[in-house]
Amino acid sequence: MARTMWDSSVGKKTVMAVSGVIMLLYLVAHVIGNLKIFFGPEEFNHYGHWLRTVGEPFMHYEWTLWLVRIVLLVAVVAHAVSAYQLSRRDIKARPSKYVHKKPRASYATRTMRWGGIILGLFIVWHVLDLTTGHVHPGGFQEGHPYENVVDTFSTWYGNVIYIVAMLAVGLHVRHGFWSAAQTLGVGSRTRDRALKTIANVLALLLTAGFIAVPVGVMTGVVS
Amino acid sequence: MKLTLRVWRQKNADADGTMSTYEVDGISPDMSFLEMLDTLNEELILKGEDPVAFDHDCREGICGACSLVINGDAHGPERTTTCQLHMRSFRDGDTIDIEPWRAAAFPVIKDLVVDRSAFDRIIQAGGYITAPTGSAPEAHATPVPKPDADLAFEHAECIGCGACVAACPNGAAMLFTSAKVNHLNVLPQGAPERETRVLDMVAQMDEEGFGGCTLAGECATACPKGIPLMSITSMNKEWLRATRKVKR
Ligand code: HEM
Ligand code: SF4
Ligand code: FES
Repeated sequence: MARTMWDSSVGKKTVMAVSGVIMLLYLVAHVIGNLKIFFGPEEFNHYGHWLRTVGEPFMHYEWTLWLVRIVLLVAVVAHAVSAYQLSRRDIKARPSKYVHKKPRASYATRTMRWGGIILGLFIVWHVLDLTTGHVHPGGFQEGHPYENVVDTFSTWYGNVIYIVAMLAVGLHVRHGFWSAAQTLGVGSRTRDRALKTIANVLALLLTAGFIAVPVGVMTGVVS
Repeated sequence: MKLTLRVWRQKNADADGTMSTYEVDGISPDMSFLEMLDTLNEELILKGEDPVAFDHDCREGICGACSLVINGDAHGPERTTTCQLHMRSFRDGDTIDIEPWRAAAFPVIKDLVVDRSAFDRIIQAGGYITAPTGSAPEAHATPVPKPDADLAFEHAECIGCGACVAACPNGAAMLFTSAKVNHLNVLPQGAPERETRVLDMVAQMDEEGFGGCTLAGECATACPKGIPLMSITSMNKEWLRATRKVKR
């Protein structure tokens, strides 16, 4: 069954949809967590610490966190590899273009590939910035996410990278959520409006929620 | 009406093609698009030139042979087949671009004619039922619920023209294949091959070099028979169900 999945264009798209939905669920949890920054350093840093102790005493310190990280890594890789292979097939299937060109499909649909690449690059930068601290501006302090976030959004490029990426997330989710429903066969004529509405609301809430943090730092609400 | 036509001319499958410009005059708004091309071809033949090759058969919108991309739209500006498009959809003095279906799986044979035998092979892979042939069975022998019959009929309208492939930015044959799969899978007559049909037809579709679906929706907009985009969703559902049921 695994071979049938990966060898078929329909199956590979299923891999893309499932991995996309996993990342989407993570993003929802992530944005809720981020908004705690508006309640001060104590609450936010405590929340950061709690992430490492989830599941104790059943789990050891950081085990749950590492489990989540592994699932996400598998999802990102599966998503990117299937996206790359499917895109290659799509481009090959349409080698010559029409002379008479027309603008096609919605903006969100047309930007899935470039938007996805932007997101992939963003994920790398984001981890190096706020998880490992390798590209972090100012002194990275382990266990002090509040101070680290303020540092990042005190630089112009931190704000630009982050805000562009979050707009890309919104567009990606807008087409991606509805698209995944069709790939997984759960869409239907009666549900279509509801699915499109959920996609738009999710996209809007995620983008607005994530962007609220750099805006908060820029306006001095968070400092 | 007087029109300027820019038509894709290509001597054979291996030759390079170009857009050639022609003027046609005395076109009546009541002519069909194909009759307008007939007029051009009569003039070309009188001048001793090679007439423009294009596919057509029934000219009634039921056979699926006609296949022109007109001003960038498969089957042109109206939601119908090229043969049922009339010149009243254009204005005197217009310039009209006419191109063949474009997809790796539909190679150009000559001018505006493409080879659509890839569709035949998708049908051969599973677009049939293993019913005994011979005299027609009694109509009520196999009851079909009305909603299923309606759904099957909606999908059975597909005439296999390939406009969906031509319009798709990925050259995907998902709308065509899903129309055929859903048409038979919803009926009791199609039940014995319900799983193998969808698996084999999708595999053949991939084999032929069609692209995949990115839910751009261009196919359903171009389809002269109104096969809905949601048809692809249903096929995906059937495919996932079949992979769970069939061990391969
Ligand atoms: C590694 C970075 C990423 C790349 C390269 C990427 C690329 C793509 C591409 C090319 C598509 C297909 C678009 C289409 O069919 O038109 C897609 C679909 C999708 N993406 Fe991403 N993406 C990335 C990150 C994300 C993230 C972070 C999420 C989480 C929200 C996500 C969620 C989705 C979903 C739900 C789909 C729909 C799957 C389907 O069409 O069935 N992607 N992605
Ligand atoms: S689905 Fe529509 S556009 Fe595609 S082959 Fe059938 S009739 Fe033509
Ligand atoms: S010629 Fe038969 S459908 Fe147009």
